[in-house]
Amino acid sequence: MTTTLAPTAVSTVRPRVQIRERLQNIVPKLVLAPSFLLVLIFVYGFNLWTLFLSFTNSKAFASTKLVGLLNYQRLWNWTFETDPPSNWYTAIVNMGIFGGLYVVFCLFLGLALAILLDQKIRGEGILRPIYLYPLALSFIVTGTAWKLFLDPGIGLEKAVHDWGWTSFKFDWVVNPRMMIYCVAIAGIWQTSGFVMAMFLAGLRGVDGEIIKAAQIDGASAFATYRRIILPIMRPVFLSALIILTHMAIKSYDLVLSVTGKNPGGAAELPSTFMYSYTFTRNQMAVGSASAVIMLATIAAIMVPYLYSELREKSR
Amino acid sequence: MAFLEITGLRKRFGSLEILKGIDLALDKGGFLVLVGPSGCGKSTLLNTIAGLESISSGDIRIEGQQINDLHPSKRDIAMVFQSYALYPNMSVAQNMAFGMEMRGVPKAERDKAVAGVAKTLQIEHLLDRRPSQLSGGQRQRVAMGRALVRQPRVFLFDEPLSNLDAKLRVDMRIEIKRLHQVTGTTIVYVTHDQIEAMTLATKIAVLKDGELQQVGSPSEIYNFPTNLFVADFMGSPAMNLLEGKVARANGAPSIVLERGDHPPIVLPSPPSADARQLADGAKVIFGIRPEAVNDRESMDRNAKTVATFSANVEIVEPAGSDTFVVTHIAGKEVTARMRADADVRVGQNHEFAFNLDKAVLFDPATTRRI
Amino acid sequence: MSAADLITAGPSREPTRHSTTTRVVIYGLLLVFAFIYLIPLVVMVMTSLKPLDEVTGGNMFALPHHPTFDPWVKAWGEARIGVSDTAGINGYFWNSIKMVVPAVLISTLLGALNGYVLTKWRFPGHKLVFGMMLFACFIPFQSVIIPMAVILGFLGSFGNRMIDLTGFSFGFGNPTENLVIVHVIYGLGFTTLFFRNYYEAFPTELVKAAMIDGAGFFQIFRRILLPNSAPIFIVTVIYQFTNIWNDFLFGSTFAAGDQSPMTVALNNLVNTSTGIVEYNVNMAAAIIAAAPTLLVYIVAGRYFVRGLMAGAVKG
Repeated sequence: MTTTLAPTAVSTVRPRVQIRERLQNIVPKLVLAPSFLLVLIFVYGFNLWTLFLSFTNSKAFASTKLVGLLNYQRLWNWTFETDPPSNWYTAIVNMGIFGGLYVVFCLFLGLALAILLDQKIRGEGILRPIYLYPLALSFIVTGTAWKLFLDPGIGLEKAVHDWGWTSFKFDWVVNPRMMIYCVAIAGIWQTSGFVMAMFLAGLRGVDGEIIKAAQIDGASAFATYRRIILPIMRPVFLSALIILTHMAIKSYDLVLSVTGKNPGGAAELPSTFMYSYTFTRNQMAVGSASAVIMLATIAAIMVPYLYSELREKSR
Repeated sequence: MAFLEITGLRKRFGSLEILKGIDLALDKGGFLVLVGPSGCGKSTLLNTIAGLESISSGDIRIEGQQINDLHPSKRDIAMVFQSYALYPNMSVAQNMAFGMEMRGVPKAERDKAVAGVAKTLQIEHLLDRRPSQLSGGQRQRVAMGRALVRQPRVFLFDEPLSNLDAKLRVDMRIEIKRLHQVTGTTIVYVTHDQIEAMTLATKIAVLKDGELQQVGSPSEIYNFPTNLFVADFMGSPAMNLLEGKVARANGAPSIVLERGDHPPIVLPSPPSADARQLADGAKVIFGIRPEAVNDRESMDRNAKTVATFSANVEIVEPAGSDTFVVTHIAGKEVTARMRADADVRVGQNHEFAFNLDKAVLFDPATTRRI
Repeated sequence: MSAADLITAGPSREPTRHSTTTRVVIYGLLLVFAFIYLIPLVVMVMTSLKPLDEVTGGNMFALPHHPTFDPWVKAWGEARIGVSDTAGINGYFWNSIKMVVPAVLISTLLGALNGYVLTKWRFPGHKLVFGMMLFACFIPFQSVIIPMAVILGFLGSFGNRMIDLTGFSFGFGNPTENLVIVHVIYGLGFTTLFFRNYYEAFPTELVKAAMIDGAGFFQIFRRILLPNSAPIFIVTVIYQFTNIWNDFLFGSTFAAGDQSPMTVALNNLVNTSTGIVEYNVNMAAAIIAAAPTLLVYIVAGRYFVRGLMAGAVKG
């Protein structure tokens, strides 16, 4: 940098420059540190705390008495208690049903809508926001709306009866066995727009010249989508799949609002199970264990994905 | 009847007319280059030949058969794109075979065709790789391979070299020319680089704003441009264009170039100009390429009509193989191309010479050549 | 082009020419779906404008015969929410506002600083730090609410102590403030992600030029990056606003009762099991709850979409 300085100037400038440089080095880290520490403590620290609790026999309040894997063992046993089904069993089964339907239908609907919208549609500017607006709503609002819509007394069933088809039955939302499907319907309605947006961006990112080359090669529209466009979109599929799965596991608000304050049985999901066992049934340790299992499942999906994403973006 | 015939082609996008009546003919085995500035419509024209865009009116025929309404895959054409447009999820071999697959060609035949073309282009060792694993030049060759495998009647190239760096561009240009000589396919090639146009073409079509400016062999376009636009667009460095006046004194017309406080340069009218059209006092534009402006030593030995003048040297640019010298005449910069070892010094007066055999005249009002 | 720009830019190629029947099918499908997406909202609005006997006796799809704003008035000022004494949701509405505004502002500002440090002042291990903060976006909140409840309880009693000692509580133990803290901490992951991605694409040469000109850490942030950050600020604010306003889990766990946010109050109102269910009032309340985020969506939809895409890591 500076090579020629009057001797006197050097002796007075240097220490100041040194301190300044050192400060410049530290300041960024100081600025980032509080956030990072907060995350470290309140996310990772708390997760560890919950993990610790899962190894204790905490009931209504936290206790430090360790009981090893007892709580996990109870959960494990409950997984196989099918007759009558334990809450945990119900939670897991429902998770599978809800999660499976949610992910599959969101992907399918999202892709279908994206492909349809990509066909140079007039009025896309109006249609697209219509598919997307449910995302602006709270899950509570969504659940409330669908609870009404599917209510047999005043909703869909009644409306269809009024139109003449009197034997139509659709009481799923009050039927304990079918409640979870209603939750799935509401969830799909809310989130499929998001998947559509992701796929639409992916479709539009495909190089136009590849499509031209396929046209010259004589590929029909169907073949072009199947052999060329969709394979190019595999990363988008993966992203959407991962995000949907993690949203499904975290679902809590939606279940509550569709099924009522505490379903306590029929539409139990791991998230509601955790809540009720910790705060209502005073079985904090079991609740913690279930939370840890939720966390572990999400981590198993997200960590490899995040790792590969960050590695790719290396600069 | 020409192999590829385009008659009265017009293309409109809404109220905007992109192509305003194009007439072109190309013989079998010819190499037609469509050249022009951005937005002149050359890519659009290529796309209409390919069938990727429809035409508003006019006719396109290959071997006499009208192809206006045929789907691109039915026109028996192949296309090489600027971005190569290789299918990223398929291997090189699959990329090359895809068109045949879509047409239902059995696997054995497909593999044979691919192997044959791969050998010609020397990409056999790349057949199992994905496009993302190839270099720019390799991708270009695979793109050409995909086109070759179709054995098309017409090959279309859409600025295929624009994405390559300078050195690679020169290498690939030679490969394309060699390909043309070996296979003898008819080629239509789009570029904005006029050097590519000059080196590759058997016929050049210069376009501007959707209209053909001139169609002819490279030599015709270069030496006898039909208007100012073509004269200025082709050739690098550009042709020197100077304003002058005609002076007729007993018979032979001469061109007068004013020089402000220097005595004007008076030149005999160049042989290429039709002398009968030169009226006394008429304004003309005098055009001469840098390589036709040098000094007595560098002058072309075969030049018959030469005019010399003295001018001040302003800038000297030694370019390795030549030296470009810039001076001022009639208010305009004039570039001269001299021998690399020419003895020229900035600020000094130098004896320049015009080779009038190569000079052309333009009418400033119509911009057409006289 | 960012993913969101791709979506809004429209198709980039001349599409396969569709036959008229195909086009009819495409438009038909799109319109059917648009209908399905809109219908719950329409039913909600209509129900909120009907007197109760029309709702229970009539068809949910029917237009109101005697439209009335009574349900709205009642929802806003008079309805009983669960077991609290506060009448109407207006109090809870303001609770949400009081909570959301500081939370959004603080988390956004911190996110901006973090993104700035992570991209323009790189240090060894920056990827790991970012990765850890990123993963914090995806954890199920169930795994942290127990420890958080403990800490907040502790802060509450600390606040009481302070009141005894000094007469001020310094804000400790105030449920609204607790929620602000919680949302800031758990929003840091997202806001940092947004800004980090945005600043990653910001030319580092500008920062270097400023450094050569002698600008320091904060000066560069204030004078060079911030003025050019309007788009990402809008995106982040919208995203945080939507998420925090719509949150339920944290609100119901840490701010029960009078200080609940809007979503909790709505859920309590809708799921009250005492007496007659006033569907019309419930719907009015739901619409009031949804109004702010819907309004934001209508006004700034483009930014909303960008936020979604950025939150998906790879759009």
